[in-house]
Amino acid sequence: MPQIAQLAETYASQIFWLLVIFGFVYFVVGRGMVPKVMDTVGLRDKQIADDLSAAQSARDAADEAEEAWRKRENANREAAQALVSEAKGKAQASTEGKLAEVQARIDTQLAEAEARIEESRAAAAAEIESVAAEAAQDITARLGNVIVTETEARSAVQKAMAHG
Amino acid sequence: MAAETAKVDPMHQFTIEPLLGANMDVAGFNIAFTNSALWMLITAVVLWIFMLGGMKRELVPGRWQMTVETFTGFIDDMLEANVGKEGRKYVPYIFSLFMFILFANLLGLLPLGIVGLHPFTFTSHFTVTGVLAIISFSIVLIVGFWKHGFHFFSLFVPHGTPLPMIPIIFPIELISFLVRPFSLGLRLFVAMMAGHVLLEVLSSFVIDGWNAGAGFGLLVGVPSFLLMIGICALELLVAAIQAYVFALLSSLYINDAENLH
Repeated sequence: MPQIAQLAETYASQIFWLLVIFGFVYFVVGRGMVPKVMDTVGLRDKQIADDLSAAQSARDAADEAEEAWRKRENANREAAQALVSEAKGKAQASTEGKLAEVQARIDTQLAEAEARIEESRAAAAAEIESVAAEAAQDITARLGNVIVTETEARSAVQKAMAHG
Repeated sequence: MAAETAKVDPMHQFTIEPLLGANMDVAGFNIAFTNSALWMLITAVVLWIFMLGGMKRELVPGRWQMTVETFTGFIDDMLEANVGKEGRKYVPYIFSLFMFILFANLLGLLPLGIVGLHPFTFTSHFTVTGVLAIISFSIVLIVGFWKHGFHFFSLFVPHGTPLPMIPIIFPIELISFLVRPFSLGLRLFVAMMAGHVLLEVLSSFVIDGWNAGAGFGLLVGVPSFLLMIGICALELLVAAIQAYVFALLSSLYINDAENLH
């Protein structure tokens, strides 16, 4: 087994060269190159994380803008609706006012007309009464030679007319 | 190797041969540049070239950059899962450890024998795995005592131990703690050595079987060859798993030092 047989003559050389060469590997590769490689990886990871967070914040901003837009939109819609309903209310009120006015006018006209009719009817009734009284006076005078006074005839006619 | 003697020595592949400066002595220690050191150097250079692909630093990574980032991310996640947020500062060390062992294991398995080169798996030497284990263990000790001072010894008294049990539990925990660098180093060394010996033995069955005649070739050589293919796949898996286990256990031990339980 050369590892043991040659131990005495080679151990110094083995240890010396191992220390020299492993030292080179440690200082040049381990301390020199590895941190740079890991930096590259770290930089890349950082960039990816930054990009992701930027995308996330952009998305958040978009969401916020959309939310604000939605709120504004809703407010606008509400305002419009309020305007519409107000206009509707106003129109209705004015319509009602006008209708009431017209109705009142019609009512007064109706009342006037009815009054006129009533007046006419009363006049007509009075006319009929006097005519009927005259006629009754005349008829009684002719038929029964009874002289009825105008007043009597009139009251009789009134009685008959009240009985219908 | 050793084909001219018609006898395959499965241990020969672990022999260390000086390539340069066989007599280079520093303070009485021979530090010759050996085939082992050469493969350490190759491993380091291949790892460095691999890492260059991760240095493009593009926002949208290509395949190579992606692969490098997967490995660093893997170690980063492992430390984060085992140690927590403070674990990040150990990423350079654990990453170097994991990749160095992984590349060493994989390069040692390359079938370069076909073109006449001999890959050398330095992770199959306990001098190497032992040093790596000691480095990991030293970090645990230094971090532990640095952060917690003598309170670090409470690591050896599990939470909720009854008072009379402490004199018994403490030495047991201490021994299990002290055994860690040995188990860490030996595990990798044994796994790599066993795998390579197995492949070498099986290949010697194939060669010797066919040398002994067609009958032996069909009876021994062919099944051994089929088995070798399977074992090669298994060895690739073991190469990755052992590197992972070494890194994982190191990070678990560091967790003990960082966060006393």
